[in-house]
Amino acid sequence: MVKPENLGRIIDEHPFFQGIDATLRELLVGCAANERFDAGQFLFRQGQSAKKFFLIRAGTVAVEIDQPGRPPIIIETIAEGDIAGWAWMVEPYQSTFDARAMTLVRALSFDAQCLRRKMEADPALGFEVMRRFVPVMAHRLAAARLQMLDLYGPTKKPKPEKTAKPEKAEAKSKGRNRAADARLEKAESKKKKDG
Amino acid sequence: MAKAKRDDVAVTVLDKDGLGDFIKNLRKSGYQVFGPRRDSDAVIYDLIDGADDLPAGWGSEQKGGHYRLRRRDDGALFGYGLGPQGWKRQLYPPRQKLFAATRKEGGGFTLAPPAPPDPPMAFIGVRACELAAIARQAKVFGDRDFADPGYQRRLAEALIVAVQCGEALDTCFCASMGTGPEVKAGFDVKLTELIDESRHVFVAEAGTPRGAKLLKAAKPASPADIKAAAQVVKNAEIQQKHLDPAAARALAANPEHPRWDQVAARCLTCGNCTMVCPTCFCTTVEDVTDLKGDNAERWRKWDSCFTTDFSYIHGGAVRTEARSRYRQWITHKLSTWVDQFDETGCVGCGRCITWCPVGIDITEEAAAITGQGRN
Amino acid sequence: MNVLPHDPMVPVPFRIEKVRRDLSDTFTMEMVPEAGGDFAFRPGQFNMLYVFGVGEVPISISGDPADRSVLVHTTRAVGTVTEALDALKPGDVLGVRGPFGTAWPVEAAFGHDLVFVAGGVGLAPLRPAIYQAMAHRERFGRVIVLYGARTPEDILYKKELERWRGRFDLDVLVTVDRATGKWGGNVGVVTNLVARGGFDPLNTASFVCGPEVMMRYAAAALEKKGVARDNIWVSVERNMKCGCGLCGHCQWGPHFTCKDGPVFRFDGIADLFQIREL
Repeated sequence: MVKPENLGRIIDEHPFFQGIDATLRELLVGCAANERFDAGQFLFRQGQSAKKFFLIRAGTVAVEIDQPGRPPIIIETIAEGDIAGWAWMVEPYQSTFDARAMTLVRALSFDAQCLRRKMEADPALGFEVMRRFVPVMAHRLAAARLQMLDLYGPTKKPKPEKTAKPEKAEAKSKGRNRAADARLEKAESKKKKDG
Repeated sequence: MAKAKRDDVAVTVLDKDGLGDFIKNLRKSGYQVFGPRRDSDAVIYDLIDGADDLPAGWGSEQKGGHYRLRRRDDGALFGYGLGPQGWKRQLYPPRQKLFAATRKEGGGFTLAPPAPPDPPMAFIGVRACELAAIARQAKVFGDRDFADPGYQRRLAEALIVAVQCGEALDTCFCASMGTGPEVKAGFDVKLTELIDESRHVFVAEAGTPRGAKLLKAAKPASPADIKAAAQVVKNAEIQQKHLDPAAARALAANPEHPRWDQVAARCLTCGNCTMVCPTCFCTTVEDVTDLKGDNAERWRKWDSCFTTDFSYIHGGAVRTEARSRYRQWITHKLSTWVDQFDETGCVGCGRCITWCPVGIDITEEAAAITGQGRN
Repeated sequence: MNVLPHDPMVPVPFRIEKVRRDLSDTFTMEMVPEAGGDFAFRPGQFNMLYVFGVGEVPISISGDPADRSVLVHTTRAVGTVTEALDALKPGDVLGVRGPFGTAWPVEAAFGHDLVFVAGGVGLAPLRPAIYQAMAHRERFGRVIVLYGARTPEDILYKKELERWRGRFDLDVLVTVDRATGKWGGNVGVVTNLVARGGFDPLNTASFVCGPEVMMRYAAAALEKKGVARDNIWVSVERNMKCGCGLCGHCQWGPHFTCKDGPVFRFDGIADLFQIREL
């Protein structure tokens, strides 16, 4: 077990907790624990009650979605210095993705349920925590949007379907034997018959 | 055009026959002589055989989207204002072959430079604004790291006979742009047409030794002639249009001005303004091959920033909207050109106003967008 | 350049020596001047490549600037001319004009940490700068290559990246937008790698190359990390047709991208990035 004073040092040195006030620091140290995950183990799973969040100290975590019959889809990987898990602060407090250790992962975990209760009781503290978490969420959202853009994707446009130039189309439309029109007429007449 | 040497300056007077002989001499010494000539309903700059080709007695009426020739009540040879196109047509032709490539036996190909140059050109009737335009293009085609050898050679060889304006068109604003109407530099010979009841002559001043040589036989001008010539150009200083070049620098700082949408609603993006503008220099290239595919050529053609393809990068064009393309044109002309070349890209000739089919007026747009309270 | 003809618009014939397929649509060609001689360039510069009778296209040079004996281009076949390039084989001849444009200021970054941020085929124009930096490795603090690709199958110069990663004096971090197969590496945008740091922001020079959107966000991530705008360089793509400022096509605000760029210092162009359809 890591001693509380060591946990305190980790917290102090981490940018995420920079400038943290004494009350919150004490609280976090009080609800922190050192954890280790072997490759393949899960930090949390989709749908589970979000009881913890993690500060990754070493290793890589895949945030992913499981799908039957195919390998899981990795949405993003998070690594040393990143925060894993923010579902604990959003109702209904259920994890929205799986978090799987891709390598040996060492992390600090924080008891979210305890923290949440304190936040509700002390809105100033609650704001302080939100102020640190919202940027993480905003960053993730922005990154996810960029990822969606498929920026490096093929820029080749699908070959345009051959379309008649407007002037040609006009000229053509005078004739009555255009295949498309003929089909239309057929369909029309069929409709009439049916009707 | 050779460098001026002031001690060679000679001011002379030519009558109409004298001007005719002058042109004849140019032709005799091997120049292709270009000058104004009436061609159907316009005065254009074209090859001329002699002074008889000059548009005697023709004037022009020009305003936004409007060009009409009209008879003058004098026989002025240079009273037509400005032709639709300046001298870039001669100095930087609309189509130029860059090279020819021929397949070699056993693979590969050879590249041959374009055909040997045509004989040097002489330009008769270059206005002050046009001289400024030539100087600006010369900077574009050779000011910095790379030069266009063809342009530089054609300009260096060209003999320039400038003519001072005796009156401004309704579309002129060279006075605002500091380019005219007085012809100050960049000419071999400067003409000022003097017409009164008693005579029709040209005060001719040499700007270079080459020009002086051409005027050697001419009769020296009297102080009265010189004074009269100075008065002629004063008349052309009276101009209706104005543009504040310093204020127009702010165009680049206003890329989101609502006026861009308004002007885009009228602009047909036809590119006429870029074709008639004497400083617009953009070109594209065209690759052609023969049917067997053994011979290929690459041609350079005038292009316009008003076409969508102009800004094409893989995937699509950058400037898809008319507003972006008009903005690019006028901003470059009046603002970013200064960043690039330390001078504005507009010489105040007003051709873009005359030849815009919907009469968009660069002076009005610049004023509106840079908040000069005119409309 | 030693083979640049008097007229910058006339190409010089080069013979293709080798062609290597990098990705399904991307290939690297090595070529030498047909008439012999060297080809000198600075990292980040580009050439106009002419395919007989088809046309010309601007392609950045992706070889080692220290090796003047061979000209290397990595090209992605996305248009008429690049597809025609793709059809060329060793022994074939193409026309070359160049080199044109500004360079990655590798030497100006001496004494700093050097962070390369590349996206997609944007790694190709950076590779000469990476070579040059590694040739002067002792002049830098940390040297980091951050690279984002679409999928593991789209990673350019994969073997070389692996080799680089094996070095103790170069950090290589690769991420993909979409993991496929047995990919066990990073997933996410390349800006996430920037956020992870590992360099001294106050003493870092960064060279960024990739799609314009990626460069905008990468520069923002670098700035957020504390890297000053005047220590960030980006490589901009516009419609380069002549390559030498004569044709006007590649104008971007006051710049001719072909001669004032393609490599721009970010503080000079950050505002232009914000103007639509410029």
